Amino acid sequence: MTVHQSTQTPYQMQDVYARHLGIPEANIRVVAKDVGGSFGMKLHVYGDEMTTAAMAVMLRRPVKYVADRLESFLSDIHARSHRVRARMAVAADGTITAMEVDDVTGIGPFSAFPRTSAVEGNQVVRLMGGPYANRNYRGALKVVFQNKVMMSQYRAVGHPIACAVTEALVDRAAEACGLDPIEIRRRNLLTDEAYPYKSPTGYVFERLSHHQCLAGLERACDYAGLRKDQMEARKRGIYRGIGIAAFIEITSPGPAFYGVGGAHITAQDGCVMHVDPSGSVRCQVSVTEQGQGTEAIMAQIAASAIGVPIERVRVISGDTETAPYGGSTWASRGASIGGETVLITGRALRDQLLALAAVILQEQPSALDIADGVVVDVGGGRERITIAELARIAYYRPDTLPPGVQPQMTASRNHVPRGQAFAFTNGMQASHLEVDVETGFVRLLGHWVVEDCGRIINPMLVDEQVRGGVVQGIGAALFEECIYSAEGQLLNGTMADYLVPMASEMPDIYVGHVSTPTLHSELGAKGAGEAGTAGSSAAVLNAVNDALRPLGARLSEIPMTPERILKALKKI
Amino acid sequence: MKARDCRYERARSLQEALDLLHRHGADARLIAGGQSLVPALNLRMAAPDMLIDIGALDELRGIRLADAGGAKRLRIGAMVTHAEIARSRDVALYAPLLSLAVKHVAHAAIRNRGTFGGSIAHADPSAEFPACALALGARMHIASRAETRVVAAEDFFRGLHETAILPGEILIAVDMASIEEGFRPGFAELARRSGDYALVGLALQGKPLRGRTLFEAVAPVFFSVGDRPIFARAAAQILMDASVADDTRIRLAQAALTDDLNPPSDPQASSATRLHLARVLLGRVVAEVLEMGAGESRDA
Repeated sequence: MTVHQSTQTPYQMQDVYARHLGIPEANIRVVAKDVGGSFGMKLHVYGDEMTTAAMAVMLRRPVKYVADRLESFLSDIHARSHRVRARMAVAADGTITAMEVDDVTGIGPFSAFPRTSAVEGNQVVRLMGGPYANRNYRGALKVVFQNKVMMSQYRAVGHPIACAVTEALVDRAAEACGLDPIEIRRRNLLTDEAYPYKSPTGYVFERLSHHQCLAGLERACDYAGLRKDQMEARKRGIYRGIGIAAFIEITSPGPAFYGVGGAHITAQDGCVMHVDPSGSVRCQVSVTEQGQGTEAIMAQIAASAIGVPIERVRVISGDTETAPYGGSTWASRGASIGGETVLITGRALRDQLLALAAVILQEQPSALDIADGVVVDVGGGRERITIAELARIAYYRPDTLPPGVQPQMTASRNHVPRGQAFAFTNGMQASHLEVDVETGFVRLLGHWVVEDCGRIINPMLVDEQVRGGVVQGIGAALFEECIYSAEGQLLNGTMADYLVPMASEMPDIYVGHVSTPTLHSELGAKGAGEAGTAGSSAAVLNAVNDALRPLGARLSEIPMTPERILKALKKI
Repeated sequence: MKARDCRYERARSLQEALDLLHRHGADARLIAGGQSLVPALNLRMAAPDMLIDIGALDELRGIRLADAGGAKRLRIGAMVTHAEIARSRDVALYAPLLSLAVKHVAHAAIRNRGTFGGSIAHADPSAEFPACALALGARMHIASRAETRVVAAEDFFRGLHETAILPGEILIAVDMASIEEGFRPGFAELARRSGDYALVGLALQGKPLRGRTLFEAVAPVFFSVGDRPIFARAAAQILMDASVADDTRIRLAQAALTDDLNPPSDPQASSATRLHLARVLLGRVVAEVLEMGAGESRDA
């Protein structure tokens, strides 16, 4: 059976179809080419897709299923339905001394398969207070069933809620202690000497860079200048706000994450790479492309690992028949785990090519290097033989090689993170905005992010991942909401009624970096797909409340619609 | 979802369009720019058997100034696009309210295809142009096989997507009196995102008296607050009432909107929110129109 499917995880689906339809796994092919935006939604197993596959088996003929927008609204997972009660204790000097959280989350009628619907709530209660040094924490989670659409993992699973609650409390603590929001964070963020650090909820942080990011953010947004502008604007009856949010991001889950629950979801990735007779490199890898540039990054890593121009590398992914088995793309794991797999495979292939070149050139392999598709001397860089010529000899004239030499033109590796359960990234965000206190409308004036995703492989892709993530978090803060009737009927199942953030309303988004590579891999990349989303809702929430502070109004619910802002201002 | 299959005819003249409409009766829908109808077809909120395309009718094009009994009237053909309205110097000179409003009509791509007549005939209560037509006292020219009749805007809008157009008729043009000396336009709407339908909008034209908050005449028309554009008569009365003190007039007019409007609630905004926002818009638009007047008098 061949399944063409818009999924992030073709290998997981291959396993699911095999077990649920009683077909040997080897007889199932799942093809998931450039599937477009997925954001975690395409990780899950859906009834309509299973039904389509089952119908094809029962009818013994091809079956096609296309969902329209309304059907997608009613069947794709929803996310982030939480009601949180939380409090924070602070000493007079602003030191956070305790935090307590009760989270109730509605997950719809079923728990999603096979990743469950409990992960989001779990991460909410475990990420609360994450950036801060406080050790006294109690978190409780209640997961409730509702007759709404199923809820499960979605980009930055749990992070935006944990971040919004924590950061809103930190701002209230600052107000209570008479401290500036930047200063109270400086006093409470984990210090640079704290690492490795085990959080009260059991997360282990290898090394984070909160203080560098905070200093970078303060500079980037000209924080003092924004505060001055705020004071002047208030005199003219204009209410502007500045919101700060510190975040940590869980990336690159290790094998125990799903493994302990018995789910057949692999944390490893596989790569097969070979040089073809023209000297080009074909890189078959298990991480998949959803438009975020996975293939570009893999090509970049392979090219630099071997020493060939990037144009000579072709990346093949998204098909269980043509790429090796692996976890694919989710939880910001593509660059870090998939990238590491490609790196070690590329290095292995490079070693094989150098061994062959050494035989032909009667040199020691250690005296040779590969640069720009040519074998060169290590010292001086004199060109000795091209990769294309090596390939020609290997494929067509191996008879000219010394007896017994077998050219190895293919390398393969698997890689799974073993050193840590997760990688963690961190960063700071600031939002600057203006609230029209007569209408409740919010105008975004600026947004800044200074983040640390470890090694940056492709700066443009990292920046745009962060920007896209910020926009998604702004969507949650100001626009996006699944509205149900009292009977559980979804009331806004069209893109005209469900408001996604659009370019016209978005501010300029500055992205700055601090780079603390992980030492658990050669590559040092940690992941960047969810950082923007993790903190931007919190920054916007804090900025709106900062704007409204002189008027005695405060919001604690997102999205902050004009109506909710007017209610907070007691205008209606 | 995609549209149900249907037949399609592109009319080459108004007469042919009217004949087709007559022949196919209630099974047919006219399609002009298609910016409202095509989404409705794709969502299967509309599923006609027949589409009659009036896009090729030159009789329905063009913006021109006509002399009607000595008075100048601006006549806008039904097939004039929103983008043409935005570019038109005649519209800016003789019906400047439309020039203000057109910037708020959807997005550039929709303005390139969507038509003025389509917007009027579709009578979406959230649309900008029906409200403008009412504020400007426009007249709708409606053709049938027998005759062309003229209907005043106040008699034209009958309810949600309901107008005075009868089966077999086609809206061919809209005309309106050229703006008179001393009259000024004001327009504002509150939409969650640029190009969205407004939560509340206001189209207004009036003649303010210099240095006062008093109008000699004023037509404030709200949209997105009911099943059709709504002329706020109680508020207008107060704005034209010389016996009300200048410094309380706008506030009283805002309060009077309770009598004029009874907005519906929907998931975006409750009735109370819409009424509040309508009051804010009235205050802002009136202030803007008064300021414009003051500015011009200073220049003079």
